[in-house]
Amino acid sequence: MSPTVVSRGTVTIDVERCKGCELCIPACPPGVLHMSSEVNRTGYRYPRLSPGCTGCQACHAVCPDYVFEVYKYDRPQLTEVSPGPVPAVGGAE
Amino acid sequence: MSNRSTEPDRGQEVRIEGARQVASSRADLQVSEDHHLCPGCGHPVAWRILLEVIQELSLAQRAIGVVGHGCYTNIVRMADIDFLQCLHGRAPAVATGVKRVQPQAAVFTLQGDGDMASEGLAEVLHAAARAEKITAIMLNNGVFGDTGGQMTAASVVGQRTKTSLEGRSPELHGYPVPVAELVASLPGAAYVARSAVNTAGGVAQTKRYLKRAFETQTSGAGFSLVEVLTMCPTGWFVPTAAGPGYLSDSMQPTYPTGPLKDSLRPA
Repeated sequence: MSPTVVSRGTVTIDVERCKGCELCIPACPPGVLHMSSEVNRTGYRYPRLSPGCTGCQACHAVCPDYVFEVYKYDRPQLTEVSPGPVPAVGGAE
Repeated sequence: MSNRSTEPDRGQEVRIEGARQVASSRADLQVSEDHHLCPGCGHPVAWRILLEVIQELSLAQRAIGVVGHGCYTNIVRMADIDFLQCLHGRAPAVATGVKRVQPQAAVFTLQGDGDMASEGLAEVLHAAARAEKITAIMLNNGVFGDTGGQMTAASVVGQRTKTSLEGRSPELHGYPVPVAELVASLPGAAYVARSAVNTAGGVAQTKRYLKRAFETQTSGAGFSLVEVLTMCPTGWFVPTAAGPGYLSDSMQPTYPTGPLKDSLRPA
């Protein structure tokens, strides 16, 4: 049986407005944001969300480019993730 | 609000099944999310919480901002409130005039450290000494960002800038000017605080201080000042992701954050 991750919230990410500053990555308390390996139209890498968001709004608070909108789920969402290393990380770390 | 209709649409509203939105990318008083400030800049974060505070205190219809010269001046293009731009460093003097003819207005200045500490130190000190009922907001990033990153009076010792490439040296350049402490020492200043926007907690703290500063103004207690430490990775010659760490390691030892004076809440 594959492990499940609880998401109490989620974010939308306006990737075209992102300037790739990466301030959201360490600001995220559950550490579910990672940088993409692909780039947007202006040539910047942008954050991507893995399951496990708590909807705490920390990314929204620190983002200088107003990229994030934050949502809270009425009921926590369970996501099955494949065992082993967490989703392919885009090379930010 | 007049100019909102001329702005392009916000794009499609996102609806997520079984979820409610708790934070929007655009503050209520914001007409656009687009700005041309560098990646990793701390100013837009300060802009957003300033607009949120004005909205939450229901001051939108009577807020008048007075801005100096700097990167932060671009707030006039994206905020749905009235602004005046004035000579470099003279915002507190202009705000004094605005407040005296419009006493019901919520008048604030938005200035940088180059503007307030280097160009217009006299204006802010005299406005505070006269106990003008205005709110001064200083976005301190330690450089003249708009003109290319020169050293300001508020650059910390050892800080590398375009005009202090070997780092600010006390022998050659002297010591930084702690504006918040100077203003707090004046009896006319009713509320003085310093915060930073390098972490989510710091952003929340900044919002509380700004709210308190505007409450001080509307209560008529006197002059209020909030110094906000912001990141300028371009001017600091550091990668964008290293900006918040540089702020806490280099600036915060010189500029400790926290409330310095609150006359509404006697100690």
